[in-house]
Amino acid sequence: MVEVRRSTILHAPLEQVWEILRDFNGHESWHPAVAVSRLEEDASGDLIGAVRDFRLADGSRIREQLLALSDAETSFAYCILEAPVRLRNYVAEVRLRPVTSDRTCLWQWRAQFDASGATREQLSHFIAEDIIEAGFRSVRAILARGDRPPLAIAPRPTAPPAPSSSGAIEAAAIVIARYGGPEVLEPRVVRVAAPGPGEVRIRQTAIGVNFIDVYCRAGRFDLVAPLGVPGLEAAGVVESVGAGVSHLKPGDRVGYACAPPGAYAAMRVMEASLVFGLPDFLSNEAAAGLLLKGISASFLLHDVHAVKPGDIVLVHAAAGGVGSLLTRWAAALGATVIGIVSNAAKAERAKRHGCAHVVISPDEDFAAAALRLTAERGVDVVYDAVGKDTFEASLRSLAPRGHLISFGQASGDVGAYSIDRLASRSVTLSRPNYVHYTDTPEKLRAQTDRLFAALSAGIIEAERPTLYRLAEARAAHADLEARRTMGALALVP
Amino acid sequence: MAKVYVSNVIPTAVGAVWAVVRNFNGLPDWTGFVAESRIEQNLPADKIGCIRNFRLKNGGRIRERLLALSDYEMSCTYAILESPMGVENYVATLRLIPVTDGDQTFAEWSAEFDAAPDREAQIADDVARDVFGAALASLKIRFALKPHG
Repeated sequence: MVEVRRSTILHAPLEQVWEILRDFNGHESWHPAVAVSRLEEDASGDLIGAVRDFRLADGSRIREQLLALSDAETSFAYCILEAPVRLRNYVAEVRLRPVTSDRTCLWQWRAQFDASGATREQLSHFIAEDIIEAGFRSVRAILARGDRPPLAIAPRPTAPPAPSSSGAIEAAAIVIARYGGPEVLEPRVVRVAAPGPGEVRIRQTAIGVNFIDVYCRAGRFDLVAPLGVPGLEAAGVVESVGAGVSHLKPGDRVGYACAPPGAYAAMRVMEASLVFGLPDFLSNEAAAGLLLKGISASFLLHDVHAVKPGDIVLVHAAAGGVGSLLTRWAAALGATVIGIVSNAAKAERAKRHGCAHVVISPDEDFAAAALRLTAERGVDVVYDAVGKDTFEASLRSLAPRGHLISFGQASGDVGAYSIDRLASRSVTLSRPNYVHYTDTPEKLRAQTDRLFAALSAGIIEAERPTLYRLAEARAAHADLEARRTMGALALVP
Repeated sequence: MAKVYVSNVIPTAVGAVWAVVRNFNGLPDWTGFVAESRIEQNLPADKIGCIRNFRLKNGGRIRERLLALSDYEMSCTYAILESPMGVENYVATLRLIPVTDGDQTFAEWSAEFDAAPDREAQIADDVARDVFGAALASLKIRFALKPHG
């Protein structure tokens, strides 16, 4: 007996895929090998025992019988009654299983049969490639057409987006072709639907690039499935509004910095309640470089830990996007800031931003330096988004009852860690997630109010980000991951 | 009777994932919520009928009996003997399925149990999110960091 098993993940809900596959007489509408399908004796496609008569694209015929169909297991099985090739005792089963973590599904397809001699290999190959894999590809393409993702592979179009009769618009975007390095970021043209009730469509002029986008691209977060558009932050102009939207109108200059992803595009639709007007003193480009990082700094310094005058605060990557903001803002709150940076140029920058002390690591052991600078007392709070490389030493830097805030893992995940070891200094450990501080209009409003107040008071400043063209998103990611950048990065469509 | 079903895709070949989850005494190695675990009576962890006795990081203690372990199906079925959760007739199965496209792993974890009617839905939610969901997510992160192939 020969068995062929293939399986794939489809980035669509199970129900949507089952609707396509369930009809035993429906293969002609999706399988490229099947030209015509009809059911003998006027049977229905969900009648167990029904026989389908296929005419294949090459003119030959196959008769197959439905052996089992289960909506509970989202599976069906069938056998071949007659075929032009010598496939004996051929039984096949198709099954879908839900991937609950991101509402996609697994599609399994297996076939077993008897064959002998040279035809054995040939038939296995034919079934695996021309029947099963071809079916996978075909359904994947159908799902992609029905959904938002790509219409065609195209580099950045220079013409403005073209409206279609349905109100949908084509726009340049970057998709994650699959999980991986910067090279999986591919320019595509996507369809952007008209805004529905409570939504706005935004013509984006500057898009923020953040480390969380790198995690999404690498598949370390479930936020974006392949062929989805990454990015959580952008600024632009409202192009149209859906029913029931009262606080925004076409032409308003707006920004946002929150899930759902989809910012790496010239145009997108967003829930209006998560979109806010930008103050006059903040340009679109500056907003794209600031919003997500500024909101992060806002909740890290006020909600995760309330920094107060006299606190000693250690900030990793103190010359980076969030690091610069944390440094300036913590200093303005009356804290003494020790900044950790990777080279002399960044040390200069960190000093300008208000660090009382700057340590260049790994030239100098920053934990030892933190203890020395505090007369062996240790610091009150550490802000650490470096992760694996610094976690241990960050803990060693803390004073008794100190607080380690681990809010990222640029060098890799911290991994399994016994919390028992925190007892040696009664350490508090926080692992905040941006989403939980910004996922309602009220929470978001509290952060943006605080951020804009700090900006207008001059406590922090929005710097012009380093700009890349949208189509060059790969280069932006490569530079960010290689730590070749200082300050914020933004993409311009 | 309540049912729980959770699944996730782990971006690595099924053999490597099975090598981690096959160990009935290995929860502290790959979940975030088990402090320590032992197999009672010094039995091997792959002997059907053996009992794992483990302590959660939040202090609770759970005893579970291994009912089935299949290297062929890459599945493991077990029942709760004692736990602070207030469940009865609790039987769960963790199963791995290869995803041939991209050499990845589909992991599904299901359970059925009885509990007081007013608590059943809450317990099912907790198991889905804080136990099965959290454990599969940590598996995913563990393998996402390693080079593929």
